[in-house]
Amino acid sequence: MNRILILFAHPKFEQSRANKALVKMIENKEGVTFHDLYERYPDFNINVISEKKLLNDHDVIIWHHPFYWYSCPPLMKQWMDVVLEFGWAYGEKGTALRSKKCLNVITTGGTRAVYCSEGSNNYSVNEFLRPFEQTARLCGMEYLPPFTVMGTHNLSDQELEDYTLKYEQLIGELGQSLPFDEIKNCEFLNDTPQLNKITSK
Amino acid sequence: MSGSILFAAIVFLTGAIICVPIAKKFGLSSVLGYLLAGILIGPFIMGFVGDEGQDILHFAEFGVVMMLFLIGLEIEPKSFWQMRKTIMGMGGAQVLGTMIVSFLLFTTIGFDWKVSLIISMAVSLSSTAITLQTIKENGLMNTTYGASSFSILLFQDIIVILMLAVIPLLTDSEKTANASDHSDHTYLLENLPLGFQALAIFLSVVTVVLAGRYFFVPMLRLVAKTRLRELLSASALLIVIVLAYLMELVGLSPALGAFLGGVVLATSEFKHELESNLEPFKGLLLGLFFMAVGASINFIVIGDNPLMIGGLVVAVIVLKALILFLVGAVFKLKADQRLLLTFGLAQIGEFAFVLLSFAFQLKILDRVELDMMLVVTALTMTLTPILGIINERLILPRVGTKKVETRRVDHIAKSHKVILVGFGHFGSTVGRFLRSYGIEATILDNDSNRVDLLRKMGFEVYYGDATRMDLLESAGIAEAKILISAIDNSDNVIHLTKMVKEKYPYVKLLVRAKNRYDAYDLLNMGIEDVYRESLETSVKMASDALNHLGFRKYTIYRQAQKFIQYDEEGLRRLADKPKTREEYIFKAKEEIKQQEKQLEEDLNRGIIEFDNHWDSEQMRAAHNAPKK
Repeated sequence: MNRILILFAHPKFEQSRANKALVKMIENKEGVTFHDLYERYPDFNINVISEKKLLNDHDVIIWHHPFYWYSCPPLMKQWMDVVLEFGWAYGEKGTALRSKKCLNVITTGGTRAVYCSEGSNNYSVNEFLRPFEQTARLCGMEYLPPFTVMGTHNLSDQELEDYTLKYEQLIGELGQSLPFDEIKNCEFLNDTPQLNKITSK
Repeated sequence: MSGSILFAAIVFLTGAIICVPIAKKFGLSSVLGYLLAGILIGPFIMGFVGDEGQDILHFAEFGVVMMLFLIGLEIEPKSFWQMRKTIMGMGGAQVLGTMIVSFLLFTTIGFDWKVSLIISMAVSLSSTAITLQTIKENGLMNTTYGASSFSILLFQDIIVILMLAVIPLLTDSEKTANASDHSDHTYLLENLPLGFQALAIFLSVVTVVLAGRYFFVPMLRLVAKTRLRELLSASALLIVIVLAYLMELVGLSPALGAFLGGVVLATSEFKHELESNLEPFKGLLLGLFFMAVGASINFIVIGDNPLMIGGLVVAVIVLKALILFLVGAVFKLKADQRLLLTFGLAQIGEFAFVLLSFAFQLKILDRVELDMMLVVTALTMTLTPILGIINERLILPRVGTKKVETRRVDHIAKSHKVILVGFGHFGSTVGRFLRSYGIEATILDNDSNRVDLLRKMGFEVYYGDATRMDLLESAGIAEAKILISAIDNSDNVIHLTKMVKEKYPYVKLLVRAKNRYDAYDLLNMGIEDVYRESLETSVKMASDALNHLGFRKYTIYRQAQKFIQYDEEGLRRLADKPKTREEYIFKAKEEIKQQEKQLEEDLNRGIIEFDNHWDSEQMRAAHNAPKK
């Protein structure tokens, strides 16, 4: 069974309706370590040793964060800067993360429609996530398509509940074994037949 | 006229107070001022001081003893041991070289060989008092010149013992009959065989070292506990006098004994306290000593034979300077340092008075020879500061002076200097954190028990009351970049900061304030870096309380930062104008009212008043509004 580490970064968590619902669903799940970065490191003073140990102890790493200015909140970036050391995470001797699975779970205010070449944001979410994708690659991790909760500004309660159920299912599937080769080519993990099969039941 | 001690004191003090400031005004060393004052009040010009000048000279020599004790305090045993080669090498070369050349000179001009030997001994010694005082005054102690001079002088202090031992051997046996009744040196060991004398001397040195460590330090700790400042002064004086007495008893130079004692105490926590206690005594006694030298110049002797005296003075200075220059060359001193050494030590020193009088008592010298050499000695001493000025103003600029450069290097070496005052709970945290960065602050604290403990832990802590300028000065405030005040007594804090700000305005002051009122006072004094001890900790406490209530840490953290900033701004607004305490309270009430209003506003607006970014509710509202 794959052990899952959710690195959660949200500076305004208490105000986020979507994320509160999402987190509530998965934070106490078996085999999942929910790691609330802003609560643990309010002064940005990240304990690198304990972060490395957490990474060592898990097989799937999830960067769960709101999509701020087409990227992650600063503490997540700080985490990447200080934890993913040369000679540990990358470089010739940096093999600590090799063959772990890695993905982004993001929430955006804008809908999927505005994130494309015709929309107001011009680029797709996948294109904006390129730095994360390449970071994972450089560290020898297998980067999976993101799981996205989009258009949170006017999500109905029902829609939000659907997302949370889907997120829970995804975590469950990641814990077992997804057919990674198949899903690698999806735009979003939300679209994989496995998840849609389960939720439609 | 000389009947009253009070009158003599008035004469000497007045002389000093008038002449020294005048000398300083013209940029001359204070030594010259004292010497001139001595000449003025002496028997040949104003006649206030008569024959007792010699007695005063003898008494005032104690100033030299104190000076060597103080110098010893600044030299730790380790560095003293490192200097041993320089002391033996430079000192030995200088003394031997000078003796040979002057012996040849004096025999050539027709003196008996015994007389010439005595005189050459006297000539080879330089004046510790004048040289070191000048070096300290010019802040050159840490230069090569300073160290070389010091080594040579120290060697002379040691060798003078040997000289005093050798002189009696030069007497004809029938003359020695009444030699031992000279009053200055009643040696306890005089009648013992040489081997026992050597043993006694060795034992007395050991005694000084042991007494320093196992008797004087515990005694000082005991005295420190009484917290009576004058008792510490008394103890400091007692230590020096005991050392000098002990040395005189076994026939060693008291100055040397005091120096040894100083070295032993250099590693104790009382170093700075002893320094600042003895400094005024030393200064006064040295001043007295220089004046006595001036007063003892016998102008009748000069008048009788001006050419001979003048010639001898010039000859002595030239030959001493020449030997010093050569020694400097052999030991590879740079040109400017060598010149300073050459002119600095080219006088006959105060030991000559002792040697010559001793030889006179043993009837090796006659009255005429004694008077002549005493005058030559006093004149060379008087000329030293003048020679120094000539060197500094006329010669050094021509050889491309590097004086400024060496001092700058010196300055850089000390440029990280931090003085930390107060090492209680607050100060110790400051000190420990600085230490974690490799910054070792010089720490001053006035709790001797704590000082003792911390020294065991390897901190450089000194005992003393930091509101005394002299203590701060001996701790090195002149070279310090930062002074951190971590003491909690409000009055002391104000006193300390005011003092330092006035006298050393370029030293950065970081000051702990007990509460708002102290902070106001400090801000109004123009201190910018004021640290209220309770502010950050109480905000941190409130933050943790909020977290236990379930609020998010990061939000609290930002709120806390804002709050502290807000509070500091309020503090500075309030401190704007100096106020009496009543006004503070009145204004504080007003401020509280204002704060209450603002806090209410905060409440109404909620947390977002502080932190507006990425506010989902606002964005949701804006996003959804046009659709409605």
